[in-house]
Amino acid sequence: MPELSINGERHELAASVGTSLAHYLREDLGLTGTKIACNEGHCGACTVQVDGVPILSCITLVHTVEDREVTTIEGLRDHPMVNSFVRSDALQCGFCTPGQIVSATALVAAIPRPSSEEIKHAMSGNLCRCGAYPKIEEAISTWQD
Amino acid sequence: MARLIRTEKEVEGRYTEQWIVVDEDVLEQWPAGPLETVGRPVPRADGGQRARGEARYTADIKLPGMLHAAILRSPHAKARVRRIDTGRARRAPGVRAVLGPETGPLTDEPPYEGAPVAAVAAETSEQARTAVSLIEVEWERLEPLLDPEEAVRRNELIDEPNREERGEVERGLAESDAVVEAEYRTQTVLHNSMETHQAICEWDGDDRLTVYISTQFIWGVREEVAKRFGLPEDHVRVVCRFMGGGFGSKNGPGDYTYVAAELARATGRPVKCALTRREENLDSGNRNSTIQRLRVGARSDGTLTFLDGEFVNATGWDGWLASTGGPMRLLYACENVRTVEYGAKLNTPPMAAFRAPGFVEGTFGLECLLDELAAKLEIDPLELRRRNHSTHDAVDERPFSSKQLLECYRRAEPHWERRDEVRARSDATWKRGVGLASQVWYGGGGPPSYAWVRIGGDGRAAVITGMQDIGTGSATAMAQIAAEELGLPVDRIEVALGDSARGPYATISAGSSTIPSMGPAVRAAAADAARQLIEIAAQRYDREERVLSLKNGQIVSSDGGSWPLEEITGLLESGQILGKGSRGPNPTGMRVLTFGVQVAEVAVDVETGEVVVEKIVAIHDVGRVINPLGASSQVEGGIIQGLGHTLSEERLLDPSTGGNLTQTLDAYKIPTIADVPEIVTDLVDVPDEHLTNLGSKGLGEPPIIPTAAAIANAIRDATGADVRSLPITREEMLRALREASRQPAREEVGA
Repeated sequence: MPELSINGERHELAASVGTSLAHYLREDLGLTGTKIACNEGHCGACTVQVDGVPILSCITLVHTVEDREVTTIEGLRDHPMVNSFVRSDALQCGFCTPGQIVSATALVAAIPRPSSEEIKHAMSGNLCRCGAYPKIEEAISTWQD
Repeated sequence: MARLIRTEKEVEGRYTEQWIVVDEDVLEQWPAGPLETVGRPVPRADGGQRARGEARYTADIKLPGMLHAAILRSPHAKARVRRIDTGRARRAPGVRAVLGPETGPLTDEPPYEGAPVAAVAAETSEQARTAVSLIEVEWERLEPLLDPEEAVRRNELIDEPNREERGEVERGLAESDAVVEAEYRTQTVLHNSMETHQAICEWDGDDRLTVYISTQFIWGVREEVAKRFGLPEDHVRVVCRFMGGGFGSKNGPGDYTYVAAELARATGRPVKCALTRREENLDSGNRNSTIQRLRVGARSDGTLTFLDGEFVNATGWDGWLASTGGPMRLLYACENVRTVEYGAKLNTPPMAAFRAPGFVEGTFGLECLLDELAAKLEIDPLELRRRNHSTHDAVDERPFSSKQLLECYRRAEPHWERRDEVRARSDATWKRGVGLASQVWYGGGGPPSYAWVRIGGDGRAAVITGMQDIGTGSATAMAQIAAEELGLPVDRIEVALGDSARGPYATISAGSSTIPSMGPAVRAAAADAARQLIEIAAQRYDREERVLSLKNGQIVSSDGGSWPLEEITGLLESGQILGKGSRGPNPTGMRVLTFGVQVAEVAVDVETGEVVVEKIVAIHDVGRVINPLGASSQVEGGIIQGLGHTLSEERLLDPSTGGNLTQTLDAYKIPTIADVPEIVTDLVDVPDEHLTNLGSKGLGEPPIIPTAAAIANAIRDATGADVRSLPITREEMLRALREASRQPAREEVGA
């Protein structure tokens, strides 16, 4: 049985071939923090990290991440970025927020104090229809405060 | 004693008369300015749950035995089903039920692309979609009506044209020193809430139904579903704890809810019907496009002599006539105003309310027209607006309950005065300029709305009400209001909402009405509970009630002495104190409106037509502000949606077939974080002394209203070009620049 690691836990991969990672996380494991908003790789709501790199889980087949380390929002709940988002009011309806935070934590792991330009570059694949963007930038700029 | 009152109710600018019952004492408004909790920034109470992915949206709910529905939608804008064969679909793996076009709301004569024709329930959503693809249909394609002007010519209208006139336009025209006439167009815009429309329906026997749904109005869903299935309303329970955005598109149950309910009834199992993103962009509502033929006249001193507008709304197959002429009727003091609004009935998907429906579109036309007039008269655009400031509602001569628009203009001045400095930063390619536009909208809310406040032995309080928080932070505002009245820290208040079986009736979360409708009810309920606490404390501590008050979680006596609240509530052990409150009427004979002004700074590349918005200052008057942090988020969100509306968003239909070419989020371009300018929020924050026990109006919609016109006017300031069509694509920008270069310099004053 193939395996993969999710938030540090090993899972036997019993999903049928063709299953997306997002679907597997939500339906098979009940990890519904990862949201699906477009299901075709356009909006970023389904972002998770694979070996620390943000990817779109709705267009990633789960079998392609065998033996890799997948980190979802459930694995980042204690990251200071979460409180920074709440403190800055960097969310409104919150549906895109887990994906935003997954992208943001990957960014600050690489660049702890990103510039405004670096934030805009790294976060432009995560759409937010409520328009929380100014405060998302603020949350990422002040996450260590 | 319960009092029966006849009052006026307004939602999204539509008024109805109704009776309401008011049964509590009138509370004096709190003093203006920040209080202990109200008026101070508070992070949203459920922010952590949402941010950590713990909040369970309708999309995350999975009931035991739940099936998934998929819908066959018409691929044609107008067609008839000649023959349909669902046999292969019925035999497909996992399929448990199939509904054909004989079941409402499905149809065999789809009147627009995306109209639902048949539906399947299966064990997984993939199986359901596969089965839908196996339904064989022989279509008869019919000629669709797609052109709104043609629909008006043929009298294919959604409703009677709305004609309103005051004074005489012809007389105004005769008195005019200058006249400007122009045609403006706005496009069809799609809501694109991140959580698509969806519902789960579960029957309990054959006469009780629970609906989990992503909605802005659980009570509206309850009423409509009960009516459709012939059930008593209390047999329908509607639940929406967390909701992933609506912006006006989720005010009712929608076809998907009825499909889920029918399939659940057919199978005896719960059924979820969730729209895909493409279905969302086909058939979940839209902001309809408009054509606006406008005229304005003025004396040489800038006094408006007349306003005249013909508005064609491309309403689509169904919907209602949004008030595109509303700003023209309401914004300025002008004696002679005539508007006529047509709603074209087309073979296109029905419109739905979208954040200030009608007024976003109408303000673009009106406020651009005003600036074109200002240029002709050589009057400063801000000064032109001041000279035509209205002191009362000219439609029916009512006084405004409050209006701080002149204060908004005063606060706009320093931003407006940056014009020369901004223009001076232009070079050969990039031209810079500043523009402004005013805003008027409703947002006063109204009755009925109810809340309960429950205080337990531990000295914590719960606000219980059947409202929903669609992402605006309204639950946090309710906690602040209850905390203020109860003298408790805000973290000792829970807000329980989103379940029609666990709380009283509450307002729709639309029309900027949640805070102005619910806030006063929550305050009244908290005051009722506070009064009971003080009555009990007076007996326990042998004091007169009038010397006692609640502060910082203490019962405080003015003659010295204070006791923790838990000392009193602890006496109750498992007992509770229950307060109830309801929303009183709006002030009689007054018009309750919101006002504001936005100032935009833009840069235009005159070679490529690229427009970059560099800064927007938003100054709005919405009465008392409950939570300045959440309020600034609402303003920013409105402006960013407005920015998309102005520059990048447009639903494109194939002009020959009526097919939607922009169903995906790569084709339909909503703003990203990289598109956002500097945004400055300035709320006047003066309570409306006539409106409720709070003096608060709604803020959800006002900020999106003036953005497009402010940007277009800044473009005019930068380049001299009149952009008159949204979105301002590079193509439209270059067209306007070419037209401006062909025209001689603007005429002198005098028509």
